[in-house]
Amino acid sequence: MDLRLSATVPATAEEREAVDGVLGPPESRWDGGQRTAADAHVAFGGHAARSRRHLLIPVLHAVQERVGWISPGALDYACERLTVPPAEAYGVASFYAMFRTTPSPRTVVHVCDDVACRANGAEALCEQMSKRFGDTPEGAEAARPGSANGSSANGSSANGSSANGTGVISGVTWQRSPCLGQCDRGSAALLQRAGTDRPRIALAPADPDRIRQALTDGLQPMPEPLVPGAGAAIRSDDNKDGAGGPPAPGGSAAPAPRLLARIGTVDPASLASYRAVGGYEMLRRALALGPQGVLREVRDAKLLGRGGAAFPTAVKWEAVAGNPVRPHYVVCNADESEPGTFKDRVLMEHDPYALVEALTIMGYACGAEQGYIYIRGEYPVAEARLAHAIAEARARGFLGDAVAGGGFSFDIEIRRGAGAYIAGEETALINSLEGKRAEPRNKPPFPATHGLFGKPTAVNNVETLLSVLEILRIGGPAYARIGTENSSGTRLWCLCGHVAAPGLYEHEFGATLREVIDTAGGVRDGRPLRAVLLGGAAGAFVGPDGLDMPLTFEAARAAGVTLGSGVVLVLDDTADVPELLRRITQFFRDESCGQCVPCRVGTVRQEELFARLARGEPRGDVATELKLFDDIVSVTRDASICGLGQTAASAVASAAKLGLIPGAAES
Amino acid sequence: MTAVFIDTPKRLVDVEIDGVAVRVPEGATLLDACRAQGVDTPTLCYLENLTPVNVCRVCVVEVEGSRTLVPACSRKAEPGMKVRTDSERVRTSRKMVLEFLASSADLSLASADVQRWIRSYGADPSRYGDPAPDHEAGARDAARPGEHEATSGSEAETVKQPVKYDNDSYVRDYSRCILCYKCVEACGEDAQNTFAIALAGRGFDARISTEFDVGLPDSACVYCGNCIGVCPTDALMPASEYHMRQNGTWDESRQTVTTTVCPYCGVGCNLDLHVQDNTIVKVTSPLESDVGHGHLCVKGRFGFEFVQNRATEE
Ligand SMILES: Cc1cc2nc3c(=O)[nH]c(=O)nc-3n(C[C@H](O)[C@H](O)[C@H](O)COP(=O)(O)O)c2cc1C
Ligand code: SF4
Ligand code: SF4
Ligand code: SF4
Ligand code: FES
Ligand code: FES
Repeated sequence: MDLRLSATVPATAEEREAVDGVLGPPESRWDGGQRTAADAHVAFGGHAARSRRHLLIPVLHAVQERVGWISPGALDYACERLTVPPAEAYGVASFYAMFRTTPSPRTVVHVCDDVACRANGAEALCEQMSKRFGDTPEGAEAARPGSANGSSANGSSANGSSANGTGVISGVTWQRSPCLGQCDRGSAALLQRAGTDRPRIALAPADPDRIRQALTDGLQPMPEPLVPGAGAAIRSDDNKDGAGGPPAPGGSAAPAPRLLARIGTVDPASLASYRAVGGYEMLRRALALGPQGVLREVRDAKLLGRGGAAFPTAVKWEAVAGNPVRPHYVVCNADESEPGTFKDRVLMEHDPYALVEALTIMGYACGAEQGYIYIRGEYPVAEARLAHAIAEARARGFLGDAVAGGGFSFDIEIRRGAGAYIAGEETALINSLEGKRAEPRNKPPFPATHGLFGKPTAVNNVETLLSVLEILRIGGPAYARIGTENSSGTRLWCLCGHVAAPGLYEHEFGATLREVIDTAGGVRDGRPLRAVLLGGAAGAFVGPDGLDMPLTFEAARAAGVTLGSGVVLVLDDTADVPELLRRITQFFRDESCGQCVPCRVGTVRQEELFARLARGEPRGDVATELKLFDDIVSVTRDASICGLGQTAASAVASAAKLGLIPGAAES
Repeated sequence: MTAVFIDTPKRLVDVEIDGVAVRVPEGATLLDACRAQGVDTPTLCYLENLTPVNVCRVCVVEVEGSRTLVPACSRKAEPGMKVRTDSERVRTSRKMVLEFLASSADLSLASADVQRWIRSYGADPSRYGDPAPDHEAGARDAARPGEHEATSGSEAETVKQPVKYDNDSYVRDYSRCILCYKCVEACGEDAQNTFAIALAGRGFDARISTEFDVGLPDSACVYCGNCIGVCPTDALMPASEYHMRQNGTWDESRQTVTTTVCPYCGVGCNLDLHVQDNTIVKVTSPLESDVGHGHLCVKGRFGFEFVQNRATEE
């Protein structure tokens, strides 16, 4: 393919270095290097270069982290190296929120103002941010355009200068962000610091002082791994200096933790420490059972996926394992971006070897030699610990050509997301892995037959995979006996919002919503409960009347709600529900991929409607608005391509049913 | 592709459309089945000469056993499928898709079929209130993913913006764009393989764009105009037509269409010459043409000036 490049200013040495850091040096003039005599006679590039298209996003990350934005020159150079048309590459760069395609300050602070942080003073924090970093940003040069004036729904605009390729504006800007997956820690921020040795820092709890400290002297931002709670069977997460109280002890009758067993007891940076508590024994067991044996255990365990869709894991694995087309791929979905969800982060930060082991077992069972972990870009600590775990596992023969001496070969690559909730949808994730915009594919065909690079692919959530270790430990039938008939095993619940001890809690399926909230100390300060947002922004509200619902897939279905990604967001009587609903509608508008009309326009119309309701200025009366809303619910649920659009109205619709919309009850 | 293959006869698939048994060849879509049955099915992003992208969702139908509605244009008919094309759910979704599009983009130049569907499904874009003021030039192109201006909800957001007019051949009026992806497909894999334009941005800010929104002359565009040929809303329009519309002289009732063969090369593409007052005002190519399937190159589509030059010299 002949590429026509349009940048007037070529890539700087820094930008080329960033790209070459991922791709290696160019071979010839054909892919962006120096002209050599041979170039006139032999064409390089072509198919070989295009087959590396999947490296486009890693390349864009490298440029973004180096200089703070993707300039036209840098994009052209990346396109030359990979033989990607610039218009397409721009389409990819402009899809993901962590990439900037206009000159930008090198430091961008993302401050979460999403559902859970809202209950912990996110608005006040944003106000302080405006004061501290707004009009006179610290360390900024005079040239910095725009300021944090809160004029856009998602914070400040650092735009204003044209993308003329003249370079980067150094300085600091901040903006509001959707959930950063630190909801248990009080308040959350993510720092992007281009051109430094720590280009991404997750900070929680966050306040302007800590943010400034992190920017200037590299404050160690994450709490160290937990010390185990005093014999607590059900353990709270690492909310050490968060808003919550101490982890609630699980009581003597509480069952032993299964998924959380190693959290805080194992050194996440030591394979030896992992092996000392039985790590990698499940891989040995799997090798002894054979792939069919593993599939049988998972089937007997009746394991349903924990990523939100509750699909039987064994069905997926068997479909891939039995497909004659090769190669097969296995993918761990660690994109966790459902507002209120942080379980996968905790698992990956504190138990990374377990995920590596579980994904290896999945690869063995599905007949795959290559696995990917697609992790959201907002999780630098989890990513670093996983990378370390993978490297160590490889060095010790647990990954590579002869895994555990067992005569099968398997390796894992980490791929980093770049700020897109929709990339967690499995077909969008696959597109993103291929270096494309994270637009979901139409199904059928399903990934089990047409997945990554068109090959049979199984995608599973982090928690699902860790459950497989437990299944192998105790055996499929024994696992099936935990929980209820149709919801086997244990589940992690992300307790956040107005709850006394926010954190991650493990319960057997069947515990009631009330019990789960009580384990976390109940509503903060003993205030009355207003509602619970169950399952995240794509979930549903449950009123105080619904607290005795057992948390099982079947009970949730019967009640017309969903367990989603395990979010239990507690709201007390002080919650500003209309504003919360508006924030949820804003989230879906921002995160829609824009592909299909019902979701692309429907999420806008829905946000407009809830903005009117939040201001108490309905068009016509509330009844007219709710009738319009009914139609929006129908088309988004029925006609959208993927789960994002199909559930974009669920939570707000459930709020309407519960009478949480002011004025609706009277109508 | 509509190339005719001498092939073993295809197996037939029996489905039921609105209670009526229909038999279609294996591989046919539900849209094919609906059309075989004479059921009027609205489509916007579907075109015979392009790969279905199934993004507009106006063609959705209800298939028994399916949780959501399915796009007729891309879903293959499977034996025993029971399809409803006029249920309450189908009507509501189609109405809403049309209403969403009509409230956010300018559909005034879309086909008579589209206008008819808007009426027959009862789409009422005024339900969302007055449209918000048009965007300034370049504003939508500068939108960052995952953020947007706070809305008060008192006006309905639109994609309206000034026309992009940066070359002599055609204009891009993205106020009319419904993001059907057709132009991108025509510019890329389905016809031209030039890849000058692609989707940029995301969500409601998604848009058709060159890299960094550079003008077409700086982009890879070769002015084949195949994107114009497939655009369902006239968001892409030949400059000749645009000027006449601006001057108020465009009058389709005074136009004739003559099908002929392109004189430039041996491929022999079919041309439809649209002639008004003895002057060629636009060139298109019939979709059903076996030569180019409706696609042309720059010469066939825009190289007609010499005809009128000779006419004036005589
Ligand atoms: C908009 C959207 C976002 C999603 N995000 C995630 C995610 O972040 N993590 C995840 O595991 N699954 C996510 N899913 C579900 C995946 O599509 C898929 O069902 C899941 O990864 C399968 O794994 P499981 O069977 O182990 O649950 C998302 C789905 C949708 C529609
Ligand atoms: S439902 Fe939304 S997120 Fe999903 S494909 Fe459609 S526009 Fe994209
Ligand atoms: S005129 Fe041809 S090359 Fe140019 S954008 Fe349209 S389809 Fe692409
Ligand atoms: S410009 Fe026309 S063809 Fe292209 S996406 Fe918009 S409406 Fe479709
Ligand atoms: S980190 Fe703020 S809501 Fe999750
Ligand atoms: S015509 Fe079927 S989805 Fe657009």
